[in-house]
Amino acid sequence: MSAYNIIDHEYDVLVVGAGGSGLRAAVGLSESGLKTACISKVFPTRSHTAAAQGGISAALGNAGEDDWRWHMYDTVKGSDWLGDQDCIEYLCKEAPEAVIELEHYGVPFSRTKDGKIYQRAFGGMTKNYGNEPVQRTCAAADRTGHAILHTLYGQALKHKTEFFIEYFALDLLMKNGECKGVLAWNLNDGTIHRFRSHITILATGGYGKIYYSATAAHTCTGDGNGMALRAGLPLQDMEFVQFHPTGLYGIGCLISEAVRGEGGYLVNSKGERFMEKYAPKAKDLASRDVVSRSMAIEINEGRGIGENKDHIHLHINHIDRKIIESRLPGISESVETFVHRDVTKDPIPVVPTVHYNMGGIPTNYKAEVITSNGNDKTVPGLMAIGEAACVSVHGANRLGSNSLIDLVVFGKAAAKRAIELVRPNSPHEKISQTETEKSLDRFDKLRKGKGSNKTSELRLSMQKTMQSKCAVFRTEKTLKKGIDEIKKPFKGMESISVKDRSLIFNTDLMETLEFDNLIRQAITTMESAYYRKESRGAHAREDFPKRDDENYMKHTLSWHNGKEVKINYRKVNLSTLTNDVQTFPPKERVY
Amino acid sequence: MLQFNLPKNSKILKGQYFKDKTGSSNIKIVHIYRWNPEKNENPREDTFEVDLNTCGNKVLDILNKIKNEIDSSLTFRKSCAHGVCGSCAMNVDGQNTLSCMKSHKDIKGDLRIFPLPHLKVVKDLVADLSTLYKQYESIEPWLKIKKTKSKKNEINQSKKNREKLDGLYECIMCACCSTSCPSYWWNGESYLGPAVLLQAYRWISDSRDDEKKERLKMVADKLKLYRCHTIMNCTSSCPKGLNPAKAIGSIKKMLATS
Repeated sequence: MSAYNIIDHEYDVLVVGAGGSGLRAAVGLSESGLKTACISKVFPTRSHTAAAQGGISAALGNAGEDDWRWHMYDTVKGSDWLGDQDCIEYLCKEAPEAVIELEHYGVPFSRTKDGKIYQRAFGGMTKNYGNEPVQRTCAAADRTGHAILHTLYGQALKHKTEFFIEYFALDLLMKNGECKGVLAWNLNDGTIHRFRSHITILATGGYGKIYYSATAAHTCTGDGNGMALRAGLPLQDMEFVQFHPTGLYGIGCLISEAVRGEGGYLVNSKGERFMEKYAPKAKDLASRDVVSRSMAIEINEGRGIGENKDHIHLHINHIDRKIIESRLPGISESVETFVHRDVTKDPIPVVPTVHYNMGGIPTNYKAEVITSNGNDKTVPGLMAIGEAACVSVHGANRLGSNSLIDLVVFGKAAAKRAIELVRPNSPHEKISQTETEKSLDRFDKLRKGKGSNKTSELRLSMQKTMQSKCAVFRTEKTLKKGIDEIKKPFKGMESISVKDRSLIFNTDLMETLEFDNLIRQAITTMESAYYRKESRGAHAREDFPKRDDENYMKHTLSWHNGKEVKINYRKVNLSTLTNDVQTFPPKERVY
Repeated sequence: MLQFNLPKNSKILKGQYFKDKTGSSNIKIVHIYRWNPEKNENPREDTFEVDLNTCGNKVLDILNKIKNEIDSSLTFRKSCAHGVCGSCAMNVDGQNTLSCMKSHKDIKGDLRIFPLPHLKVVKDLVADLSTLYKQYESIEPWLKIKKTKSKKNEINQSKKNREKLDGLYECIMCACCSTSCPSYWWNGESYLGPAVLLQAYRWISDSRDDEKKERLKMVADKLKLYRCHTIMNCTSSCPKGLNPAKAIGSIKKMLATS
């Protein structure tokens, strides 16, 4: 028995995470009258949704004709046919309404001449099933995520969601395969809280920090994914890690695709606009995996820029200064702050940088979590949304501006489904003390860790391994090595050292708990990558350069029981949800 | 004559000195405020020798380096690391700023890092912002529109009207401005302060909002609004280059002319 006092709470629904998806779910739930709590390890407006820049996709047709079916086709193609088409149909069909709703909430979208929401071009977004580019990405300058996040927090306040801010979620409380709530640690006063809820919605974001260089925030540690793995649930498609073509060289900070959407282009050391070679039609606006790979090839073949020939230039200095000032002010500021360059005059040094996790907790289009014992079954009481989830709408590669729309569409869908399932204020089942004890034992053991391995060292070793063994291009050899190497920092946890023993705002311990989540995801990512012997979307195997639909048109499931990884697969759903649209059968993916 | 004394336990003592172990010749001396609520001790100022040859350019890089390599118990908030989340606001070299955007190269001599001033300290560089968050909630930061508006389409807003939100909606709520304002130091419970008033003005200025008058009335209060004495610290400290002082002036002007 550990000696922690526990403060109990009961809610109809509990949302873990207060980024775009968590807040959108919380708004829908609170509005319906369900007793809703939202816990978050950071104040809501600090969530990483704030960093999304370019925009949110929806076929509004404010800048020329558009159709949600075209958006669906682009998303299926972008996913390299690994996305589930029923979910993608749902996403694209619901998108326009979700964006209009955001506008009514108060999001300060940029405007067209006639006062409508401004839309810009983005990679992979096309007209009429793969023809010329379409302007589908709705934007608030280049601060769309920030604008949406702050607005959604306001809406949650309006509907009186109960927030528990700077609470760190430790573990899911499970009973006979059902989720009954969450155990959490209040950083501000050091107390432990047990939240019991009929439904728990994980909206805990991605896990970009398994890599050394990522646009992800320090807080992007995939805590929900870690909790799911510890609860014996699988993660899906973990091998698909998106490298954003334009991370600021040496810094890692995101330079939005909107730069290319507004006419920016990439150049190598010979001054060539090399994207014309790799994607003759879409050029610089091909999808992200294609552009990142092309840049990596240019660098690998010696046409990179700089002393070490290790980066690429992004030009936007040919564009009217006024347009840059009104549409890309945030980018201009970042480039000025971090590399002291004026984007209206100088090129921006960029390099492909880890940006987004297509993989996560498998769900259906209603946001219900799925596990598998050969056949799919839902996990009662548990949902997942946002980057933490793998619905899967992004498949093997996400299109730019499809993540913000994923957040709000599935945040809303989760609320809708929870409202169907939960009777307000219905009584809670008893749960055994053992679940709580198990979690607190882990907490206590790490807190009192007096071994020889610093968390920061283990984390660095994990990040360097991921960066070198599981990057843009992968091979059997590097991945095999990676599997061995990545186990070391996990093993290193047995002798972990945590210096701060206190309970109030102990970030030494919090970073250790975050590392415990990260390393399990790093391991499942590496193994999932090893076993997928084909190239698809963001997963590029030099030894298997072709997509292999016969053997690998399937989702990878990976479990981690604390010792080893188990890999299995489940079917990709090629059928659509309704008859409003027909299945897009697999074909070769060219841009 | 009245005499004011600070409580004994508020005196900052000299703390530990962490000497460089790398032998580097490029050393920055960094003094950092430390306080642990679970120890019955005074706050102290620890000093770290940091090797700049293996450190990024920003103050946050120094803090991360100390936490990762020298003293893992050093406590501060951080998240995005590029100036959009507002987590890492603190007082660096006497100025409130975001440590992730502030270059330490601009600072000659020793570097001093303190929590945001005049807030309750939770631990080390982590300050308690709960009052400010409640004040933010009090201005009702959401669009208020008549129910009759069609939900099918966006509410039209001209480019010109949308431009009125520029310089307002970009606020990241880091609290650098409010905690640099002497009026807010003295009357932080009742004066809304520059960060929250900037947001109040953001909603007052939104052409789509149907309750502009009510919003103005809500802040028209000698404490909530008129404790602003145009000291302008807010504007000079904003790491995002916004101008809360101007927004407050605009609210006052609107009230004077309405």
